[in-house]
Amino acid sequence: MASSITIEKVHAAYGAVRVIEDVSINVKAGETVALLGTNGNGKSTLMKCVMGIVKPVAGNIVAEIDGEKHDLVGMKTEDIVDLGIALVPEGRRLFPRLTVEENLLLGAFRPKARAQIKTNFDFCCEAFPRLAERLKQLAGSMSGGEQQMLALARALMLAPRILLVDEPSVGLAPLLVARTIDAIKQLKDHYQLTVLMAEQNFTQAIRIADRGYVIVHGKIAFEGRSADELNNNDLIRQFYLGM
Amino acid sequence: MNTTKFALITIVVGAAVMAFAHWYSIDYLFFASYTILQFIVLATAWNILGGYCGYVNFGSAAFFAMGAYSSVFMHKFYPLPIPALFIVSAIVSGIAGFGMGYLTLRLRGSFFAIATLALAVVLQTLVVNWEYVGGSRGAYIIRPESIEFAGITINYIEYLFGLMLLLTIIALVTARAIERSQLGFGFATIRDDELAAEACGVPTLRVKLIATTISGAFMGMAGAPFPYYIGYLQPSSAFGLEYAVNSIAMPMIGGTTSWVGPLIGAILLGSAQQYATVSISSEVNLLIVGLMLVAFVIIAPNGLIGLVQGWRRAWRKP
Repeated sequence: MASSITIEKVHAAYGAVRVIEDVSINVKAGETVALLGTNGNGKSTLMKCVMGIVKPVAGNIVAEIDGEKHDLVGMKTEDIVDLGIALVPEGRRLFPRLTVEENLLLGAFRPKARAQIKTNFDFCCEAFPRLAERLKQLAGSMSGGEQQMLALARALMLAPRILLVDEPSVGLAPLLVARTIDAIKQLKDHYQLTVLMAEQNFTQAIRIADRGYVIVHGKIAFEGRSADELNNNDLIRQFYLGM
Repeated sequence: MNTTKFALITIVVGAAVMAFAHWYSIDYLFFASYTILQFIVLATAWNILGGYCGYVNFGSAAFFAMGAYSSVFMHKFYPLPIPALFIVSAIVSGIAGFGMGYLTLRLRGSFFAIATLALAVVLQTLVVNWEYVGGSRGAYIIRPESIEFAGITINYIEYLFGLMLLLTIIALVTARAIERSQLGFGFATIRDDELAAEACGVPTLRVKLIATTISGAFMGMAGAPFPYYIGYLQPSSAFGLEYAVNSIAMPMIGGTTSWVGPLIGAILLGSAQQYATVSISSEVNLLIVGLMLVAFVIIAPNGLIGLVQGWRRAWRKP
């Protein structure tokens, strides 16, 4: 039951503006890989490339889902979602005028996910008791941390094999960042997910990451083969932490 | 309440309205109510794209006129009974809606609105230069006095009124069914956040194209019997500003999130306009729309429905 993603030599651009150059990343089955970098370095764009929201100019993106290989470049977003790849978008992106319950049910929009909607819904309520208490509340009226939980839960309603998380820490208090990161770890263990997480909060991200890449100006500046390697590295201090 | 039940109820209400109108039997009443019904259909159709999906369409007049001119074209080319014209207009305007959607849906917000406005201008220019359907001179369609229907003679305006009533019922039932369906949920996600919708696997382009097609088709159908109603159709009346403005203002005033909104808005605004036309002057129409729109944006930005919901919420927790 292996699900992995291989990104090979991907270039992406918005019009004439080059955002990503020659990026190669792989996420092996069952791994949590952190994509580290400050704002404006192309983390979100790479996520959007995987989801088919942005079309790469060149390069390959191949996902292996339960042993079957799929070329993601040129596929429609809804078909990529159908394969079992879910994105938790940056800034949560809930449907603020719908209730928590409706947000969750909408997570399972695709026919495949709708078939097991009940089990997934129950699991979400169990995993996030705060949400279970607030099913009838409007999503936009919840606190930032609760909204991030809802965004995660909504992605889980798809019963994904691979989870892409884009900047889960944006706009959250430090304590809530830690909680969100913990929640991702728990979900990953429970569902045996493969996780690619873009994050600029370095210390929080490498708490749960097996490995990581540092992306600077659209290029991979450093590849850390373990969390330790990322933690004690001069390059990272220089490029990323600015020390 | 499921859709079948709702459909039955609207049919019963519709039949009651028809029976009452028949019993009252004043020609003017038919003329005035026909206009209001036509606006209910237009407002409901606009709301499917504008209210449910959040894409503001300023080109309602174009779709309406396309329906009307399809009828004029068919009248000259191969005269058909009006129910068949509904279908012709639905197809023509539906295809136009699909095409417009395909070309413009990559634009969002005000850019989409401007593109739809441009569509109306382009189409009006085309029609003005198309001699076959009357060009800028306009086209006359002489309406028969009455129509024989299963051995009964029906006043023609009553016939038009009945057909428009039927179309209104179909439009309302469709809008309500969409609202409660998976498709309606898809529309709501696009309105709230399109990127999140894509991340959830909503096939956004397809869903939006369905919306523009349905919306366009209903607007076209609203225009189909119009040449027979008015008797003389010219481009400036078919593409009139009032159609674009009214079909936006009516859902806004009623409330855009539910099928009830456009219905209430159209009845309210439509009646006010009809009253003003008779008692003051027909030119005051748009002034009334403008004033009411300003008032509602200030007092009830979510329309009458939003206002009532607000009161209810306040009532429940004293």
